[in-house]
Amino acid sequence: MAEMVTLTIDGREIIAPQGTTILEAAKDANIYIPNLCTNEELTPYGSCRLCMVEITQNGRTRIVASCIYEVAEGLEVKTNTERVLNVRKLVIELLLARNNEHPALRKIADELGVKDTRFPVEQKGCILCGQCVRTCREVVGVAAIGFSGRGINRKIAAPFMDFPPDCIACGSCAYVCPVGFIPMKEENGVRTIIRFDFPMQQCKTCGKYFAPKKQLEYFSKTTGLPLEHFEKCIDCR
Amino acid sequence: MKKIKSPGELEQFRNDIQAKRDPNQTCIAICAGTGCLALGSDKIIAAFKEEITKQGLDDNVTTIRETGCPGFCEQGPIVVIYPAEICYLRVTVKDVPEIVSKTVINKEVIERLVYKDPVTKEKITKDSDIPFYKKQKRYVIGNNINIDPRSIEDYIATGGYSALTKVLNGMSPKAVIEEVKVANLRGRGGGGFPVAWKWEATKEAEGEPKYLICNADEGDPGAFMDRALLEGTPHSVLEGMIIGAYAIGSHEGYIYVRNEYPLAVENATIAIETARSLGLLGDNILGSGFSFDIKINRGGGAFVCGESSALFASIEGRTGEPRAKYVHATDRGLYDKPTNLNNVETWANVPLIINKGAKWYQSIGTEKSKGTKIFALVGKINNTGLVEVPMGITLREIIYDIGGGIPNGRKFKAVQTGGPSGGCIPAEHLDMPVDFDELDRIGSMMGSGGMIVMDDQNCMVDVARYFLNFLEEESCGKCTPCREGIYQLRMILDRITEGRGTMEDLDTIEWMGQAITDGSLCALGATAPNPVLSTLKYFREEYEAHIKDKKCPAGVCKALITYSIDPQKCTGCDVCAHVCPTNAATGKKKEVYNIDQEKCIKCGACIQSCNFDAVIIS
Amino acid sequence: MEAKIKIIIETYDNDKGFLVPILQDVQREFNYLPREALTLVSDFLEVPISRLFELATFYKAFSLEPRGKHEISLCLGTACHVRGAPLIQDNIERVLGIKAGQTTEDLEFTFETVNCLGACALGPILVVDGEYNGNMNINKSNKILKKLGKKVEIDEEN
Repeated sequence: MAEMVTLTIDGREIIAPQGTTILEAAKDANIYIPNLCTNEELTPYGSCRLCMVEITQNGRTRIVASCIYEVAEGLEVKTNTERVLNVRKLVIELLLARNNEHPALRKIADELGVKDTRFPVEQKGCILCGQCVRTCREVVGVAAIGFSGRGINRKIAAPFMDFPPDCIACGSCAYVCPVGFIPMKEENGVRTIIRFDFPMQQCKTCGKYFAPKKQLEYFSKTTGLPLEHFEKCIDCR
Repeated sequence: MKKIKSPGELEQFRNDIQAKRDPNQTCIAICAGTGCLALGSDKIIAAFKEEITKQGLDDNVTTIRETGCPGFCEQGPIVVIYPAEICYLRVTVKDVPEIVSKTVINKEVIERLVYKDPVTKEKITKDSDIPFYKKQKRYVIGNNINIDPRSIEDYIATGGYSALTKVLNGMSPKAVIEEVKVANLRGRGGGGFPVAWKWEATKEAEGEPKYLICNADEGDPGAFMDRALLEGTPHSVLEGMIIGAYAIGSHEGYIYVRNEYPLAVENATIAIETARSLGLLGDNILGSGFSFDIKINRGGGAFVCGESSALFASIEGRTGEPRAKYVHATDRGLYDKPTNLNNVETWANVPLIINKGAKWYQSIGTEKSKGTKIFALVGKINNTGLVEVPMGITLREIIYDIGGGIPNGRKFKAVQTGGPSGGCIPAEHLDMPVDFDELDRIGSMMGSGGMIVMDDQNCMVDVARYFLNFLEEESCGKCTPCREGIYQLRMILDRITEGRGTMEDLDTIEWMGQAITDGSLCALGATAPNPVLSTLKYFREEYEAHIKDKKCPAGVCKALITYSIDPQKCTGCDVCAHVCPTNAATGKKKEVYNIDQEKCIKCGACIQSCNFDAVIIS
Repeated sequence: MEAKIKIIIETYDNDKGFLVPILQDVQREFNYLPREALTLVSDFLEVPISRLFELATFYKAFSLEPRGKHEISLCLGTACHVRGAPLIQDNIERVLGIKAGQTTEDLEFTFETVNCLGACALGPILVVDGEYNGNMNINKSNKILKKLGKKVEIDEEN
């Protein structure tokens, strides 16, 4: 049983288990802090910088990322000071310059009172939160895609911008993306993610296309069960 | 080489080496650091070797020593002849036979090769009398000219590894930390963090193994102190690391060297191998029971890898992405284990403190900044090079007394310290004492030691743009404020330098500056606004001139200047037309030439070629 | 190729931590980082190919394209910048017809900018095939390019 600590968030006293982050503690207490680059399954990354909060501890005040910073006894957290709001406003304006259409970004902009971005819009779509790459690496475990380049030239990429050899076409990357940047569709027994085609397996019993062949091959390899086991869909198994 | 089994044996070994060396024997020391090598000192070394043999002087009479960088880079290649300490500057291969006949054999001084003071015209023969060196306190870098960096015997002969002997001869790890604490050694890599606190924290941390790292990623453009130390006296860095490892209980060390320093990697590798073969690294060092070894890992060309958490990532074989430092590296650093990271110069200070004592070290410097700092004095300065000065010396003394002032009679405008994380300091602060806290106070920082001097022909808006562009290329790209914010700031600076800026841009810059500092994940992003904010603070009129008047007072920003030919000075020699890539410069020979503004791309070729100063920038 | 790569990896005790030095040695051996070589490294060290691609595109030292016969690097450190390096960059880009970071189509020249070589007293500096050339100016850079085979106007006296 983890030790509990008492902290304050915006003046409210909160009790949370040691080892949880400020963001998690706030969520449990129904206190909203905007964030785009994390979800419950992933190790916090701290890249979007929307979740910044002001903390005071041992007489020292600083701005930290609430998705990473762990709760501590006596920690004083403020989620809406001017400094914090300025960071959030800058971040959302910078992200709108990359994608000024998606509702997820527009919603956060509205909450902050930001009508539009002052920066030239270069509609890139991807906001580089990294959830897709990290999901593929940490949750799915195949690390089929990664980042490429650095700085402003950073992109999500399949190795060599070519068909990713380790991809099992599970579609998790498309699923977690907060701005729907990764296109995925299924047509005529083929699942296409970005521009890469993955043939689907047809159920040997009912004939329905139910999963990409590569994904089933992966399951077969990791569980040790023969491939034939996976050639029937879940309903027919 | 045989392993040395005890501190006492090391001292005996030292005595043996010293006994074999005759201090009165002639020694020709030639700088073989990267700077002088670039000026051809390797050919000079070869020429000396050939000449010595030719003239029948063998090893017992005259030694040739290829040394590390003594710092007086502007005047290289440098040759110093001992024991008389005759210093020859800007030596060429042609001078070698004369030097051997006249100076080595006949003990005569060759006047044209010695230092000549630019003002008093006085000729100075002795190395240590040269004004460039006189105001310096070269405790850390001074040994460079005395040793061949590839020779551990040279290092030991000049007193090296005596601090290690002292430590292993009866100092407890706690006592070592205490000594460094009393000396108040602060990190020389830029942070200025008290070294002893870091050592203590790593010592107390839970987890094995404990890692000890030397940060030799020296990425600040214009800084090359660490290169000179690691190339020129690698053993002093090793000695510091071994002592530190003993103090904190670490057995595994790394030196992380940037990719662009091949000679430093080479010399550090030789140093580690020879130290190991003598038993100064590895198992049971000098019979003490303490074991410690060092590996060298190299960077791949990324400035961000000088940041500690990015450095760890790189050593782990990953991209240099920093991570939040809410948990200190001393608790969880490399491979999530307790890690102590210090800069090259910091490590090189450790043997000095142990040898001479904390009290002596405290006598140098200011109240909160003790000891010396090595600066790379570069840019618009007469004496470019490395200078080691006590903390508390003023900027004026460094730039004028040691640096020799601004060349070509131009006026001092600003000095940049702290690299891309620092700020520009204007003339009004020239008399400020240089120390960690003073530099922070006026909006700059000590940084790693780069000190770039600028004159009235440098545009401060252009300088701010330069640093933003640098950081834009070096940003790892992980966090939004740095990746996107620096990019947008750079584009705003682009517009201002092209005459398309607005006064509103200045407000935007200030707003973005604070938000980027607060929001960035690591120090690269957090300090990125410093150059633009400090130049805006001290040189606001220059920004306003670009915006309101669409003029660049310093004559740098291409879109705002025009090149034209002064009819009073032009002799019609045709050189400008010859080198002009767009045929913008035309004319008839012996008549005044003309530059067509439509075609001129302000490439600078004509200015650089004209022998009559006839091309003017307005 | 397989044998050469195996040797390189074994020099570093098959330690994944030395991936960056390993890739540097691979690049030195093959002039660039061929995709095949990276795939072999990925197999031998059991590291996902996506990570190799990340490393190859993150660190400036690496090139996924073949490099030119002559490698020219111009220092753009602050000291060299204040001494006029940008004008030299513009000139070289103009003469070679490529931007910094690129290789000419005939694979003769690769031109790059470097952020400080640490030899500031000699600035601006142009490194040509490993040789340092200091106190650079536009005319001197053209002399060098002419010597390497480029057609360009120079001023003999300067």
